[in-house]
Amino acid sequence: MIRPHRSQPLWYAFILHRLSGIGLALFLPLHFYLLGLALGDSADFDAALQWTEQPLVKAAEFGLVFLLSVHLFGGLRLLVLEFFAWTAAQKTLAAAAAGLSFFVACGFLLRAI
Amino acid sequence: MREEIGKIQVQVRRGGPDDGRLVDYEVPLLASQTVLDVVTWIQRNLEPALSYRFACRVGMCGSCAMTVNGRPRWTCRSHVTDVMKDGRIRIEPLRNLPVIKDLACDLSGFFDKWQRAEGAFVPTQTRKDSLAPIAPQEPARQAASAGIECINCAVCYAACDAVEQNPEYLGPAALNRAWTLVNDARDGGNRARLQAVTGPGGCQSCHSQQGCTSHCPNALNPTRSIAGLKQAAARAWLRGEL
Ligand code: SF4
Ligand code: SF4
Ligand code: FES
Repeated sequence: MIRPHRSQPLWYAFILHRLSGIGLALFLPLHFYLLGLALGDSADFDAALQWTEQPLVKAAEFGLVFLLSVHLFGGLRLLVLEFFAWTAAQKTLAAAAAGLSFFVACGFLLRAI
Repeated sequence: MREEIGKIQVQVRRGGPDDGRLVDYEVPLLASQTVLDVVTWIQRNLEPALSYRFACRVGMCGSCAMTVNGRPRWTCRSHVTDVMKDGRIRIEPLRNLPVIKDLACDLSGFFDKWQRAEGAFVPTQTRKDSLAPIAPQEPARQAASAGIECINCAVCYAACDAVEQNPEYLGPAALNRAWTLVNDARDGGNRARLQAVTGPGGCQSCHSQQGCTSHCPNALNPTRSIAGLKQAAARAWLRGEL
């Protein structure tokens, strides 16, 4: 997939944005299922919450928050690119979006553990 | 005759539209040799029937672009020593264009899109009028100047994944041309032009990956031009003109 004409930072920014979108879309049904549990059977919901206390699930949640913020900041990056005056620092913007996402996800993980 | 300083193992795509195959050649490596020199050497010494295109050999005409080791380039301005990997070069026709034979592509679809993007100047004055005064520092003039040095080589078009996925997409070069005209104070065709470059296959199909910008040998920035079109289209839409 990473053919020679694609090996440039802004293509990586693009593919990260796409993959984060797909990842989030896959997660949403699970998210709604858990929310549904909260409305219905509270014992099941408590069990589900217990389950999320496992370290592996915590790590997965880190990934999830990372995906969410990558998608958010990546989207903001595109809006800046397309609707603001052009800036030469496109690669810096992409790096900032990824860095900020990592920061947010780490912050979440630190709070969670 | 320049002195031979080694050998290059060259693979060239040969054959018609449907029977493409890579053929191996060994070519003498010379100082300051370009990829176009290599193709010409093969045609003169090994394969007289090899088809390819070039004209100026100095980066002016835009006819010699090919895919070299997977990337679109002007072959006349690419030095072998810069693109060679482990003594090897693979030379193929440009991507996203139908092959006619060997390294020669059919560019008519590419140029048709320049027409579809309303890439022709629409005059508002006659030869009897005086010259339009346009100050060099005007923002519109500067935006036009930034995109005007395009030589229609289709390197950006071959680098664009949006063209690959959507053959209707007008592509970076035609849209860049449309943007230079949108910024031309003498031109009267902008309403039709903005309509032509929006909608299916228009500027909104651009994913802003900037493959075009990272490959344009003239260091133009079609992505910036397309972003300009997107903004102009959004404004025209708000005014009810689209
Ligand atoms: S924008 Fe650059 S790469 Fe594209 S056709 Fe023009 S000169 Fe070639
Ligand atoms: S920025 Fe737009 S026009 Fe340029 S390569 Fe990407 S999709 Fe194509
Ligand atoms: S031969 Fe004219 S641009 Fe290469």
